[in-house]
Amino acid sequence: MLIGKIVGSVVSTQKDEKLVDRKLLVVQIHDHKNAPKDQYVVAVDSVGAGAGDMVLYASGSSARQTTLTDGRPCDAVVMAIVDSWDVGGDNVYEKWNEG
Amino acid sequence: MYLARVTGRVVATTAYEGLSGVPLQWIQPLDEDGAAMGEQLVACTAIDSGPGDLVHFVDGREAALALEETFVPVDVTIIGYVEQAAVGGRDLAEGSA
Amino acid sequence: MFLADVVGTVVSPVQIPILDAKKLLVLRPVTPTGERTAKTRIGIDTIGAGTGDRVLVIDEGNSSRQILGAPDAPVKTLIVGFVDSVELGGETVYDSSAGQS
Repeated sequence: MLIGKIVGSVVSTQKDEKLVDRKLLVVQIHDHKNAPKDQYVVAVDSVGAGAGDMVLYASGSSARQTTLTDGRPCDAVVMAIVDSWDVGGDNVYEKWNEG
Repeated sequence: MYLARVTGRVVATTAYEGLSGVPLQWIQPLDEDGAAMGEQLVACTAIDSGPGDLVHFVDGREAALALEETFVPVDVTIIGYVEQAAVGGRDLAEGSA
Repeated sequence: MFLADVVGTVVSPVQIPILDAKKLLVLRPVTPTGERTAKTRIGIDTIGAGTGDRVLVIDEGNSSRQILGAPDAPVKTLIVGFVDSVELGGETVYDSSAGQS
């Protein structure tokens, strides 16, 4: 999985019928040091995530392993909302410290 | 399947059903020289691994099959703890990469 | 499938049960002419390979599960054969009996 911040959402009224009623989130990828990268992915939400949330998303066929995405054209799914993380013993991200 | 070093932990109390209680850890994939290979990833772990450990992991849909609940959106899972990785007369498990 | 050189061994005393008693090897993917390419893999040995051997590797779940006869196993990378020789455009670019490595 990769970590990213939800920076927006996508509205698409004309899309494959199997994607109707699926919330599409724009995720900006962050690295393990919490530095944002110039990389974005559109992912289907499976956990009720919203703007500003730091999330984990899964890609590829794994993304279809939810009741919301099973058998549907989806290659990225937000599967967790991140509270905090540490790397190399240092606390890198803490949800409650975010503005 | 690849070699990696566990570098940290991720806490996510809100996760897809079936993933509660599954530990999430940062891993740095390693090459045959023990050098970093690509970006750090967040993995589920199917074993009792922790920061500093040398491990091996599986990616793709197989990553979900390593967990207790297999119908879950997971694409990286740690599946083994590496005690020794002998490459060219060197043990990659000794010391930090 | 791809070609790889076995460059090391892995000792993993704690792992998922399906891998118990399986030999894991460090694999260096190589081009037909033997140059290092792609990411280092850890592969499950099914043929009795060892360090220094050039081998044939499959890196896909369904095929690997078929070979291991384990329908739900979380495995992907399997060593499935020894490479005796490789021919490229009519020319033999690798011959294990010639002592190349």
